[in-house]
Amino acid sequence: MKATFKIWRQEGGDAEGQFRLYDVDGLTEDMSFLEALDHLNEQLVQRNENVIAFEYDCREGICGQCGVFINGRAHGPNDAMTTCQVHMRSFKDGELIVVEPWRAAAFPIIKDLVVDRSALDRIIEHGGYISAKTGTAPEANAILIAKDKADKAMDAAACIGCGACVASCKNASAALFTSAKINHLNNLPQGKQEASKRVLEMTRQMELEGFGSCTFTGACEVECPEGISIINIAEMNASRIKAKWLE
Amino acid sequence: MLDPKIPRGPLEHKWRNYQTDSQLINPANKKKLNIIVVGSGLAGAGASATLAELGYNVQCFCYQDSARRAHSVAAQGGINAAKNYQHDGDSIWRMFYDTLKGGDFRSREANVYRLAELSAPLIDHFVQQGVPFAREYGGVLVNRSFGGVQVQRTFYARGQTGQQLLLAAYAQLYKMKRAKKVTLFTRHEMMDLVLINGKARGIIARDLVTGQLKRFVADAVILATGGYSRVFRLSTLAIGCNATAIWKTHKRGAYFAAPSFTQIHPTALPQTSEAQSKLTLMSESLRNDGRIWVPKKKDDNRKPEAIPEEERDYYLERRYPSFGNLAPRDVASRAAKERIDSGYGVGRLKNAVYLDFKHAIERLGLKTVRDRYGNLFKMYQKITGVNAYDEPMQISPAAHFSMGGLWVDYELMTTIPGLYAIGECNFSDHGANRLGANSLLQASIDGYFILPNTINNFLANCLHEGSQTTEHEAFEKIEIQVENHIKKLLMVNGTKTVDHFHRELGKIMWQQCAMSRNKKGLTKAIIQITAIQDSFWKEVKVTGRNNEMNTELEKALRLADFLELALLMCTDALEREESCGAHFREEYQTEEGEALRNDQDYAYVSAWEHNHGEFKLHKEALTFDNLKPIVRSYK
Ligand SMILES: Cc1cc2nc3c(=O)[nH]c(=O)nc-3n(C[C@H](O)[C@H](O)[C@H](O)COP(=O)(O)OP(=O)(O)OC[C@H]3O[C@@H](n4cnc5c(N)ncnc54)[C@H](O)[C@@H]3O)c2cc1C
Ligand code: FES
Repeated sequence: MKATFKIWRQEGGDAEGQFRLYDVDGLTEDMSFLEALDHLNEQLVQRNENVIAFEYDCREGICGQCGVFINGRAHGPNDAMTTCQVHMRSFKDGELIVVEPWRAAAFPIIKDLVVDRSALDRIIEHGGYISAKTGTAPEANAILIAKDKADKAMDAAACIGCGACVASCKNASAALFTSAKINHLNNLPQGKQEASKRVLEMTRQMELEGFGSCTFTGACEVECPEGISIINIAEMNASRIKAKWLE
Repeated sequence: MLDPKIPRGPLEHKWRNYQTDSQLINPANKKKLNIIVVGSGLAGAGASATLAELGYNVQCFCYQDSARRAHSVAAQGGINAAKNYQHDGDSIWRMFYDTLKGGDFRSREANVYRLAELSAPLIDHFVQQGVPFAREYGGVLVNRSFGGVQVQRTFYARGQTGQQLLLAAYAQLYKMKRAKKVTLFTRHEMMDLVLINGKARGIIARDLVTGQLKRFVADAVILATGGYSRVFRLSTLAIGCNATAIWKTHKRGAYFAAPSFTQIHPTALPQTSEAQSKLTLMSESLRNDGRIWVPKKKDDNRKPEAIPEEERDYYLERRYPSFGNLAPRDVASRAAKERIDSGYGVGRLKNAVYLDFKHAIERLGLKTVRDRYGNLFKMYQKITGVNAYDEPMQISPAAHFSMGGLWVDYELMTTIPGLYAIGECNFSDHGANRLGANSLLQASIDGYFILPNTINNFLANCLHEGSQTTEHEAFEKIEIQVENHIKKLLMVNGTKTVDHFHRELGKIMWQQCAMSRNKKGLTKAIIQITAIQDSFWKEVKVTGRNNEMNTELEKALRLADFLELALLMCTDALEREESCGAHFREEYQTEEGEALRNDQDYAYVSAWEHNHGEFKLHKEALTFDNLKPIVRSYK
């Protein structure tokens, strides 16, 4: 199988970037998309060129480190999939495949397809936790949690932090990411104590990091590999208003 | 003989006695002490957050862009704890028994007991931190069973247990970052250890964005760098998982224990092409209802549905009638290998066996099967494009977990004073075979509960020594060595890629040092690996520069260490002339082909010292005062 890759190359954060074309032969349908890029990189090494920098670690859709635009869509052509789970069988033989990094002001480019997503970590740093020290926990079954509550918390907690929601939002909003963490914790009795503080601090940090505001287009939900629902955003906004009142 | 520093008293009191006897450090003094933690997985993040809460200043490192991506995130199945919530006769003692037996009596009683003892409070801890574990309608926690045991003691959060535990630990890490007690260095890879007066006092790390080498100083160094099964190249580990930190410290004096003990998981997806970079694990829970088979005829190219019942060989059910498809991992993997090697493998590369749900669907109905395994079937379809409700899955064994690692004593300290190893990167509680759902547990309790207690004995004596700075000549010396190592690699400028050599290494390791080993193969492997090492340093080509983000260079540096580690793994496997757990030496088997352990001569932990490229064996005798070693039978 053959493909032509059109890939964004950029030496560093301050450098000019441009697309470059690479014709690649010797691909198979069983190869994952990232293995096709590995294959291309091996050829670049043979040609004495610098490899294309791109991100991955687990290559099984859970660590959230991979993530590029493929033909204009975050994480490529399939629904509910990360970049590392895309396989070449999703493309036609000889297809032109355009590959770009996440584009968002809060995600500066480091090199080629690699961006800096540490802004997401800083949102978590501002309240995306329960303030309980090691050694202070009561017996686990002492506090009951109804199954539907626990399931709802789990739905939100499934976020892998890849940043596709931000990248596919025209305002580059991190509302889906932020609301998922808030709802995970605020739905649990253990997280209730700090619920208002959490909403206020995390959303404030989200704005400080330069993410845009959410206008409910729903684009993020479509691209989220974990299928996290935008209802989370609505709930976050409601509890934020309430928390502000009480502040 | 090595001294593991086991505390006094009966098994049940050892940990308590240890705590009673150990030194304390007052809060004012803790503030003056600095600790480096390399790794942000369950072990590293748990230790960093807890040490910071206690008042120490922590510097935590990981190679990923965020601490949340450590490979603990990938664990699906669950975490064990002896809570006995199911009222099915579980207890600390039974968990201790299962783990020691599962490890085929090649681990330390005192450590294993402590693992079981601390499991229950760990679940309390994670619930408190907001882990959304599965619940019954009434609101209590759910348990399920997992391979190799007869009670239900596994806690889980959907199919994403590792992710949920790790995210809880990561959140606590950031909580302490905000409190300015933790400084985080993401995208930093530890390259070497710095010793001053024989003690671990710092590290050299490479900033993966700028390529710059940086020096970090502390009063103690903790390694929590995870497993090294990427030495096989194809494994269930993340692509970046490496042995660099433990290997470099091994070369500086830390003993390496049981390096060849590797768990091969029976239910991964098979390799489909040369270009394949990793193998995806399918949860073991599939074996609860799926039946494993191969055709009775060699090279049978018919479609699976065209092969009638009587021409199918359900080889696990045939060989292990009482455990059947639920035989432990090592047994199931070896049985699959036996069939595949004998020419009964299926799939395009003839390297797989079938895992069939036809009978389960007939027996339980499609809906139940979908409810139980829907996620996994979806995942299977994503990767293979095949709908497993219609035709059987193809699965194959894959390298998965390293029981071996840096040798540590009861305090989790290595043979280098002030250097600790926690989580998967140490050898400790799993012996020759790890039980499913026991390693999230081990990584977590090492980090949260054990190390923050045991490190005091060492640190209490550091206060008088005063602090060091990175200006010390030892830093200068090691930094230059690291720089030269990198330069040397870039200067080879050969014709072959890093992946080329990694594929070669992987093939040899998989053939000779995985599920089944023999003297001839291992001896040959050592010669072959030495040859690959030679040609690597003569023919590898790494493009780009040192002082920039260079992913090819990162790979090359990791592979250089794997090539050395592989030699030690083969040496270790060769030395142990018995079969135990995952270590199966073909020369030592019963007539029925089962493992033949030799307690007379091999009831010890092999701990290897590095001596200028030579490996010297030290032994830690294993004594079993509480359980008599029995034959591990699953027939
Ligand atoms: C696919 C899969 C499924 C599993 N399922 C289960 C399960 O269901 N139940 C169970 O109990 N266990 C399971 N395990 C095993 C378990 O997940 C691991 O043993 C455990 O999570 C290891 O945790 P850790 O903290 O030791 O290492 P990791 O989580 O791997 O963390 C290693 C850390 O070290 C850092 N690091 C590594 N090298 C360097 C370096 N040179 N410099 C700087 N930083 C470095 C990494 O960045 C990372 O932060 C599974 C394992 C796999 C691979
Ligand atoms: S590489 Fe981990 S999610 Fe894709």
